[in-house]
Amino acid sequence: MIERIEEQLPGAIMDHHAFRGDVTIVVAKEKFLGVVDLIFKDGYQLLVDITAVDWMDRQLEDRPARFDVVYHWLNLTSQERLRVKVPVADGESVPSLANPALPHPFKTADWFEREVFDLFGIPFEGHPNMSRLLTWVDFPGHALRKDFPLDGGDPFCMSDSTAPYAQHIPTTNP
Amino acid sequence: MESIALSTQTLDGDKMIVNMGPTHPSTHGTLRIVLELEGEFITRATPEIGYLHRGVEKLGENLSYHQFVTLTDRLNYCSSIMNNVGYSHAVEKLLDLQIPERAKVIRVLVSELARIADHIVCIGINAVDLGAFTAFLYLFRQRETVYDLFEMAAGQRLHTSFTRIGGLFRDLPDDFFPLAERFLEECLPVIDELEGLLTHNPIWHDRTKGIGALSPEDAISWGYTGPCLRACGVPQDLRKTQPYLGYDQYDFDIPVGTTGDVFDRYLVRVEEMRQSLRIVRQALDKLHEIGPGPVLVDDYKVALPPKEKVYTRMESLIHHFKLIMHGMEMPVGEIYSATEAANGELGFYIVSDGGKSPYRIRVRPPCLPIFSSFDQKVRGRLIADAVSELGAMNIIAGELDR
Repeated sequence: MIERIEEQLPGAIMDHHAFRGDVTIVVAKEKFLGVVDLIFKDGYQLLVDITAVDWMDRQLEDRPARFDVVYHWLNLTSQERLRVKVPVADGESVPSLANPALPHPFKTADWFEREVFDLFGIPFEGHPNMSRLLTWVDFPGHALRKDFPLDGGDPFCMSDSTAPYAQHIPTTNP
Repeated sequence: MESIALSTQTLDGDKMIVNMGPTHPSTHGTLRIVLELEGEFITRATPEIGYLHRGVEKLGENLSYHQFVTLTDRLNYCSSIMNNVGYSHAVEKLLDLQIPERAKVIRVLVSELARIADHIVCIGINAVDLGAFTAFLYLFRQRETVYDLFEMAAGQRLHTSFTRIGGLFRDLPDDFFPLAERFLEECLPVIDELEGLLTHNPIWHDRTKGIGALSPEDAISWGYTGPCLRACGVPQDLRKTQPYLGYDQYDFDIPVGTTGDVFDRYLVRVEEMRQSLRIVRQALDKLHEIGPGPVLVDDYKVALPPKEKVYTRMESLIHHFKLIMHGMEMPVGEIYSATEAANGELGFYIVSDGGKSPYRIRVRPPCLPIFSSFDQKVRGRLIADAVSELGAMNIIAGELDR
């Protein structure tokens, strides 16, 4: 698979590795849709999962990429799995796979991308409804970022309270 | 909230907004669906989820690998043992660890019992939502026996926390086996009785046939897995296609539907219960064959040493202390491990930086992609069909929201 992508789209794969039998390829976000099209035609049609990883302290050579958006594909014919990672910087967007204008939109990407947007704050370009999925509209911050406090920062929801005791409630993460 | 309020204002006078949930009895958990109706027909359904979001993945980043087992109980709480098995299996893949044969067989045994219990809940509740109360009562007696078995095995009925990384926390007790044998004898006639009540029942046909039908291509595009995908005609079952825990040594079949409607999903689940009973039978025989043996790996860098040794031997005490305080020595890397849970593919994606707790742990819930297709499936249908569809999707809010 990796050789085929290399052949068709030279330079698309920035890096690849295998660990415990899981094949991972790292793809630049500019080449991402081309790679998706290619692997779709190759049989990787079940998009199992979309998630992200926050590498807060990481810097790539050419540009800072804080997040990895991680896609897991399953080929139902050969039962092979493929993990595709797209590094993005904070505030940068990723092309959406739920975009109805795509030749083969993945309908399941709709909610998975909304979840990643909700919990990491990574926007997806071309998504039909880019809104939060699990938390509410005016939720402060994005919960799965590494700099988001574990207890939510304001566990008693006192931030907009004017009560005198509100400022003195202890939290485990100041 | 705001977006929904706006949509009420922009609607014309013919449409009506009905909130199904968060406490509607047919939502079985806490989820809300905003239905836009024209008469009795649904023109749009907007699911609102997240009422049970408790940040399992965030908590996992701050707990040790062993501590996370208890959180997996709360994902799909109808078959929590399967989540335990799936999670432990994932960490064992990360560690590249082989568990004892007896532990594997017991894991298969309890997983299949949990699958039966989960399908009982799904079918029973779906039936009770559609007015077939008898089927529900017949089934739930058997579910009670399964939970009695879990109580014997793990000491808990629902939140089992039965597995440990490297095996199980204890062997099955002796009185487990007579009850399991009795369950095998009693459960099969009840499934036949259930089929007698529902499968040829014209009311059941009216309420379930043709509702939520889906083509295999669409089902794959929606990311369906498990019984819902198989009901659409795709024979994808990880127990067969990517065998784990020695599932390739068991003799069982994969039932497949044709149209993917509620009725097909019901038939697939009923047949899966029968196949699970077959696997339970074989697993029990296999346990007798293997005989007594360890159920936890003998590696004290991974699993806690037995209590007697901790109290009497210096090294075991040190191992115990090191494991509790510093955790396991984890390799640096990332894995995705999937098991066939009752509702579909339950995946765990773990990124390890070598620390005591995972750098990132992701739970791939089977019912999130399934539920995301809800709007498309109920558009143009009646509210009563939405209830039937929701029950057959087998949404478990604890897993949906994590």
